[in-house]
Amino acid sequence: MTCEEARILVHALADGELDAGHAREIEAHVAQCDGCAAELAAAREMTQALRAAPLGFTLPASLSAKIDRVVPTPMPVTNRRALLKGFAFGGVASALAAASVGLVVLREGQDDRILGEAISAHLRSLQADHLTDVLSTNQHTVKPWFNGRIDLAPPVIDLTAQGFTLIGGRLDYIDGKPAAALVYRRRIHVINLFVAQGLGEASSTPKLTMMQGFNLLRWNENGLNMLAVSDLNRDELEEFGAKFAAAARAAAQS
Amino acid sequence: MTASLRMAPSGGGSPPGAMLLQETRQLAFTADDERGRALRFREAALPHLGDVYTLARYLLRNPADAEDAAQECYLRAFRHFHTFRGGPIKPWLLAILRNVCRAEYARRGALAAVQVDGVEDAADEVAENMWGDASPSPEAVSLSRFDAETVQRLIAQLPDSFREVLVLREVNDLSYREIADVTGTPVGTVMSRLARARGLLRDAWLAEEKGS
Repeated sequence: MTCEEARILVHALADGELDAGHAREIEAHVAQCDGCAAELAAAREMTQALRAAPLGFTLPASLSAKIDRVVPTPMPVTNRRALLKGFAFGGVASALAAASVGLVVLREGQDDRILGEAISAHLRSLQADHLTDVLSTNQHTVKPWFNGRIDLAPPVIDLTAQGFTLIGGRLDYIDGKPAAALVYRRRIHVINLFVAQGLGEASSTPKLTMMQGFNLLRWNENGLNMLAVSDLNRDELEEFGAKFAAAARAAAQS
Repeated sequence: MTASLRMAPSGGGSPPGAMLLQETRQLAFTADDERGRALRFREAALPHLGDVYTLARYLLRNPADAEDAAQECYLRAFRHFHTFRGGPIKPWLLAILRNVCRAEYARRGALAAVQVDGVEDAADEVAENMWGDASPSPEAVSLSRFDAETVQRLIAQLPDSFREVLVLREVNDLSYREIADVTGTPVGTVMSRLARARGLLRDAWLAEEKGS
């Protein structure tokens, strides 16, 4: 074996890419050749130095939203049998979902009850193929749909550019009161934003609560109670609230 | 009659693997092939978005172009998902990304391509000399630790074909065989390019130490 060959093969040795026979051959050469031994040491040192620094680039948030547009998350099917199958085989997931619905009933206090009902409504919307009554990414389609269905005009804001895709709206009930549910998506996470009246006090600054593993964000917007529920992480849900509130205020003033 | 008999075994049924999906609502998709395909693709491919984007950043050296390239990669991968024949999906995705990036090189124009080739030729010569008999062995000095940004910059300065192999190995953590598949080159070429890439990076590293 020439040194020229060996100086390439030591890299394969350092990377664990050689079979036992070749590895022995190279090791034998390295043992009696200072130059190739130094090359092997340099290869190993370089790999170590590179592993010491995190060399990946952080994903921009906008990219995930773009991928979601390219490869949409499929919506559940309207099919009772498929749903029953889901309960039969879903095991832990459906057991947990069922348990959380039960817990909600046992909770006391109006605020907790409202948050609990919001989570139940969120879960129902995911499980029973009742995520949207009006399926549209266009705010000018979703907003008028609520006319005559509910006695308030929910602010419907398209946040696609900010990474939250509007996918539609639905009529729901929280605490016995009708609520407009606006449905957004971030990557694989669904956000239900409930808009209602008389759901208790909240400030205009969004307040984050965690309950049953879900993040909930509450605030008031022009006298309307806003309540966002999602399994999205708290930072991104707060980002959603901030962007929605800013856009809603800009729209109200114009 | 015969036709309908032949049809029977292939009709109906759920896509294989669908029952492995864990969440309740995902199980509801078994009825629909197209939905199942989107779900399977998302489950298999989305975890590698970080690798895809990182390689795009190193290949294109520009955040906006890298984002576009990663998006285009996932669009193409989803369209051609039916041609994916199993095995690790990461090399398959990175191969698509590399094709997207090469198309971007072409779009950037003939002038840039000439410049890139020129740099590469020069680097080849440097590398040849380095590997010749007269070239000294690497000195036994230990490399200082730089922050990630500095190392990223040093890697970004490597010529295209060396940078690509180095990133696929050291950052994307691919085997030589996988790198050969992604780049469409023989394993021997991967090995020699990687050796040269490390040598060039070491030189740049030591120069950076002296300079800083």
